[in-house]
Amino acid sequence: MDFPIFHLDIFGNRGLVATIAILHVLVNHSLAVGMMPLVACMEWYGHKRQDPRWDKLAYNILFVAFLITTTVGAMTGIGIWLSVSLVNPYSIGSLIRVFFWAWFTEWLVFVTEVCLILAYTLTWRKWSEGKAKERHIRLGFTLGFFSWVTMAIIVAILGFMMDPGNWMTEHTLWSGITNPIYLPQLAFRTPLAATMAGIVAMFLAQFFTSKDAAFRNEALRAIALWTLFFAPFVFIAGFWYYSVVPDFMKANFGVALTTLEFTDWQEKFLQIALITVVAILITVQLTIARPNLLPRVALLAPLFVIFWMTGHFERVREFVRKPYVIGRYMYANGFRVDDYPLLQRDGVLAHATYSNPLTDAERAGLPDDLGEAEREAKLEHLQMGKDVFMLTCSRCHTGHGVNSITGHLQRMFGDQPWTPDLTTGYIEGMHEVQPFMPPFPGNKKELQLLGEYLEHLQKNKAPIPGAQTAGIIVHAAPALRAAKIDQSETITR
Amino acid sequence: MNQIPVPNDIPLPLPAPEPVLIGVLIFFFLLHIVFVNFMVGGSLLTFYYELRGLKQKRYDRLACEIASTITANKSIAVVIGIGPLLAINTLYTVYFYTANALTGALWISIIPLVVTAFVLTYIHKYLWHQMDWIKWLHLGVSAAAGLIFLFIPLIFLTNINLMLFPDKWASVHGFLSALILPNVFPRYIHFLLACPAMTGLFLVWLFRRRSDAEIAATGFARADLIRIGYQWALWPTVAQFFVGPIALFTLPQTQGPLGPVIAVFGVSILVAIVLSILLFNETRRPAETIGRSFGAICLLMLVAVGLMGAGRHLYREAAIAPHREIVRAKTLDYMRQVEEARQQAAVQGAAQ
Repeated sequence: MDFPIFHLDIFGNRGLVATIAILHVLVNHSLAVGMMPLVACMEWYGHKRQDPRWDKLAYNILFVAFLITTTVGAMTGIGIWLSVSLVNPYSIGSLIRVFFWAWFTEWLVFVTEVCLILAYTLTWRKWSEGKAKERHIRLGFTLGFFSWVTMAIIVAILGFMMDPGNWMTEHTLWSGITNPIYLPQLAFRTPLAATMAGIVAMFLAQFFTSKDAAFRNEALRAIALWTLFFAPFVFIAGFWYYSVVPDFMKANFGVALTTLEFTDWQEKFLQIALITVVAILITVQLTIARPNLLPRVALLAPLFVIFWMTGHFERVREFVRKPYVIGRYMYANGFRVDDYPLLQRDGVLAHATYSNPLTDAERAGLPDDLGEAEREAKLEHLQMGKDVFMLTCSRCHTGHGVNSITGHLQRMFGDQPWTPDLTTGYIEGMHEVQPFMPPFPGNKKELQLLGEYLEHLQKNKAPIPGAQTAGIIVHAAPALRAAKIDQSETITR
Repeated sequence: MNQIPVPNDIPLPLPAPEPVLIGVLIFFFLLHIVFVNFMVGGSLLTFYYELRGLKQKRYDRLACEIASTITANKSIAVVIGIGPLLAINTLYTVYFYTANALTGALWISIIPLVVTAFVLTYIHKYLWHQMDWIKWLHLGVSAAAGLIFLFIPLIFLTNINLMLFPDKWASVHGFLSALILPNVFPRYIHFLLACPAMTGLFLVWLFRRRSDAEIAATGFARADLIRIGYQWALWPTVAQFFVGPIALFTLPQTQGPLGPVIAVFGVSILVAIVLSILLFNETRRPAETIGRSFGAICLLMLVAVGLMGAGRHLYREAAIAPHREIVRAKTLDYMRQVEEARQQAAVQGAAQ
């Protein structure tokens, strides 16, 4: 990482990316990829039966999808990019260099998709008769296809991040796209999107058909059949997907599914997931068999559950690829695997152009009895310790907020003083105990500096600002700065 | 002591020849900015005419006509913007990401701001008649959307400006300090004036192709609507003759030569003079012949915009190219050290 470091110390950097990304996936899958073909089917069905109620329902659902996808959907898609470029510029910068043409193609498809959704929505009333209607229906199916293609391209990149496959040796776009996780993941997401769209459409249909009970039952039954058709493929493809996830990543599932504190919950989580899936199937079956018995509020349950499960799935997918952000190529801290021998020899500070300066609040809490020289030396150590923390830990951990490093130390060591001897011993070997953690990339002296900084954090609870508020210090000769560590005496008071 | 930073670049090759990426960047950025002009300008003109519509109803109908175009233009503006963003990520990785990080809070707030502005635009458009009885609130929605639309380009501009000056990076502490760097506001005013100007031309195009019935529904004659469009195109363009040179001469000095930049902008000023004369003539034409020069005007506007884009790129290169060479050399040296350390580690590993 050789960029100024953006950091959110309360919400967490991962929290920023995850919030935007999960919101995007929920909107994209349920209201674009899955919904557009469903709406086109509804329009086609209404035209075939010459039943304007279907046409009206299809338009109303499309209008909701149009409003949300062209605001929250489109902008969170760009938001993923902007947020990742802040949080981990090295990974997104590398991915863009590998997948430029894939992204470029996806962008052209996305432009087409946006033009199509504008045309499809805005011409609905104009193209309502005869040949124009048939053309409009074809437009709907074309839109559905393009929505799927955008997802199909992006999934190649997501798969690559988990397992780059032959790209590690060939370094070509094609070898990156044909990574081993691509097709299983695409096969999983396609029916997932269709199922989600079905559940959302069932939920919306209740409101748009409230004045016509007979049609409501007919519409709910038809949409439930759509949902039931795709749901089994989610499980089949899900199993295929799971089977190609590299073994070392599967070891992370326990942590990914819940949190570090509750790794033993894996079994319980799976039970809950099974129960929720069964709940969806029961609701859908009930909708097909006895739609008139279905209370409105009942459809909130599958809606909530499928959103929750999809969001959780994305969280798991993001987590299990750890310790990497790009499988076997780049660690989650932004350092390439190949960089490690150099960094562990010279130290990360020897190759870091920027520092995140300590604020006055962060400097507080030093012992009162330090002389001026000692105080300056201690502050210099803290500055370097903070830089090591920012470079090696801060992409995933905050100081005192979500997934904080102090929280983990408190859990492990309690209120006893977090002396460097105590913490550095753990950090040095943590990747062996916790396989989702990358090895510490710096050298021994930097480990010691980090230990001193963590000791300081036990007493100083001030938020750690990122470059976006505190600015940066530029080091024209970082190697010289790192060499100063040798000359200074470690202060552990 | 703060000095000019020389960071390492990403050690992967560019995915395409540099000229191709530059072509993608310039062409699609200009396309994007034209639709952004339509979006922002449309938003401002809608508000203005809706306000006038409080006294004369037909202006309210004109405002409604303009408002109906914003939602499509904004979607196209956003989606077209991704292409140049891809190219700038690749060509100027170090510079762009650094500027993003240094103004990170405002940079990421673009997302909720744009979403909010879009939602307000939809409310404004689709609830126009339902909100007739609370017109002040409807105007408030329009004003809020317009203000957000005005602010977002300022965030982008501040970022794009900051990335050009590595020597300023160490002195920046968040968005506000980047905002006051030289040249941001002259460029911003230059952009602001372009919004009604481009939207004016867009309105001419729109009202030339509307059916007679649609025109009649507005309560205006077609020629009057076209004239309104031309007037919006003309006067902000005339104002650019004052703002443009200020934006040009407040550009910070660069290590690279600025001669080509000044030459390109000079030619664009000449084109703009001809464009303004044609626009002025159009506003004076009678109903029978108004719109006759529309094709020529669009062509000249296209040339002027293209020259602006080229000049902008030449300046960016003049500002960055020397520094980028130092970054390249440093990155190469870093990769040499990486390789050396790997071999050293392999030897040590084998010895153990």
